[in-house]
Amino acid sequence: MLSIKNLHAKVEDHDILKGLNLEVKAGEVHAIMGPNGAGKSTLASVLAGKDGYEVTEGSVDFDGIDLLELETEDRAKEGLFLAFQYPVEIPGVSNVNFLRIALNEIREYRKEEPISAKDFMARVREKSALVELDAKLASRAVNEGFSGGEKKRNEIFQMAMLEPKLAILDETDSGLDIDALRIVANGVNKLKNANNAVIVITHYQRLLDYIVPDFVHVLADGKIVKTGTKELALELEEKGYDWIHEKV
Amino acid sequence: METIQENKVIQFTENWSQPDNLSSLRKEARQALNGMDFPTTRVEDWKYTRTARITNKTFSQQPTNLAVEAYKIENLTCHELVFVNGYYDASASTILEDDGLSIEGVETLDETAYAELLEDTEENVFSLINKAYSTGGVSIRLGKNKKANYPIHIIHVITGTSVIANTRHFIELEEGAELYVITSYNSTRAADCFNNAVLEGLIGENAGLTIDKLQTEEQTVFNITKENFVQDPSSRFLMNTITTGGLLVRNGVNILVEGTNCHTEINGVYLGRDKQHLDNHTFIDHLFEHCTSSETYKGVMDDSSTGVFNGKVIVRQDAQKIEAYQSNGNILLSEKATVNSKPELEIYADDVRCSHGSTTGQLDEDALFYLQARGINKKSAQKLLVAAFVGEVLDKVTHDSTRAHIDKLFLRKFGWEF
Repeated sequence: MLSIKNLHAKVEDHDILKGLNLEVKAGEVHAIMGPNGAGKSTLASVLAGKDGYEVTEGSVDFDGIDLLELETEDRAKEGLFLAFQYPVEIPGVSNVNFLRIALNEIREYRKEEPISAKDFMARVREKSALVELDAKLASRAVNEGFSGGEKKRNEIFQMAMLEPKLAILDETDSGLDIDALRIVANGVNKLKNANNAVIVITHYQRLLDYIVPDFVHVLADGKIVKTGTKELALELEEKGYDWIHEKV
Repeated sequence: METIQENKVIQFTENWSQPDNLSSLRKEARQALNGMDFPTTRVEDWKYTRTARITNKTFSQQPTNLAVEAYKIENLTCHELVFVNGYYDASASTILEDDGLSIEGVETLDETAYAELLEDTEENVFSLINKAYSTGGVSIRLGKNKKANYPIHIIHVITGTSVIANTRHFIELEEGAELYVITSYNSTRAADCFNNAVLEGLIGENAGLTIDKLQTEEQTVFNITKENFVQDPSSRFLMNTITTGGLLVRNGVNILVEGTNCHTEINGVYLGRDKQHLDNHTFIDHLFEHCTSSETYKGVMDDSSTGVFNGKVIVRQDAQKIEAYQSNGNILLSEKATVNSKPELEIYADDVRCSHGSTTGQLDEDALFYLQARGINKKSAQKLLVAAFVGEVLDKVTHDSTRAHIDKLFLRKFGWEF
């Protein structure tokens, strides 16, 4: 589904990604772990197409499409979803209204009919229940006045509404208490199926108790330096990231 | 020997007709004009707005009539007072049965009483021209403790080539009265036309006046409008100005708060495109204690348009316990768009709570990226953010039909949905 080859990227003349390789297949959950400054969030931003990130080398193939050639919105329309580390507050723009617009633009791109108001509202009710997001929050302005946990649940609610092929969760667990973490993880697990894939970017092993990864990758200094199974995450937790540096 | 100096103001007005019997008010205005000149950009109050673009042209008075159906507000039963090129069109107007409300020609106004009421309000060369040469207007009076049964919509339409429309209206609310007025400025097939309008009035003790002003003229029309109001104790004044049209627009809202316990609220949205120049000047003069005022103006400027905001609040020495809030926010959608924002606060009392702020910037890049990352096209995302930005002010328009009218206008003109 996703094939990243020798990806190099820089931000304002700083080289951040230095030859990253990653293969993700449908039905898989990948965790990317690593110390602060390793390039985890840069990878998420580059994949989503954020301005200011310059790809200098390498390629990203997303189900046969050159992802790096697409505008941000078209990447989303092709089925890529980024759950933001810091969800943006957008005063005056209602959460459901913007999701309706997003959903219909995605459907139009796929040459499908717009969703009916009734079906849309039914979907809002169903998916907000999935992450235990109060229906009132769903219709408020995007993230405005939401608590940290509500913002993260709102990200997963949006993911549920848009049903992406590939979801990248960028430190969705940071700042969450255990209860909120469990709710978010449950939501992700329920959305998981054989046809989609999830990349979980995290600093902490804790999340992986709830979203069990098929592969764990360690990102350090712009490259994936070690790949293993979920046991690798536990080992990292115990020994710290310095252990990787020593080994490499 | 008497030297005759060239006077641009006299030249500007020399071809216009006047009533046979000049009222004392008109005479005084004419006399005042004799010694005046048009403001240049060296005059602080006109620093950002070059009126020579208007005053170098020649305008004439051209009475006419036309269909006005298109300018009415859907689903709003109201008194409709129609002015075409500055002249009252009785046949196009509708005055409904409304006990306690009197609507007459402005010429019926008792000039002595009028002069006394508004003697402390400020005139400028354009309002004096209006006073000396006005061709029509209404005098509206609402009786004590009356709430008008219907809103009043004053519809101004300008059409033709090089037309000036000098309309002058007066509103007086007696004690405890309540009125809602919409003033709209429209145009059709207008070329080099000039709307020079004045709306004045008195809000009596404990009375409340709401005005929604809609300026949607073509980009071939100049518009200079002045609203002067005096507030008596415990009165409420709310005015929302929505400007999308006009080539050069200058709004001047001047409120003299002449009593305690008053609330004054003036808001505006201005949306510029192409080479539009949209200028909002406001002035709230707090003379008495225990009053509140609130002011929110928001501008979105695209292409090579220019926005100007100058909001002045004076809190006089005796005006203690005043709460005055003022904010101006602007978004520039293009590199060639400009905004000049100047909030002014002069405080002479020592126990007051006042704040003002001004921001000008681009759309929030992070918000834009967030929306795009959900699959929304950049253009749609921009529209959503702009609509959200001005929505805060549009929400001040609380009359449903007027709000629906504005929403439709924005959808038609900009493709914005709320």
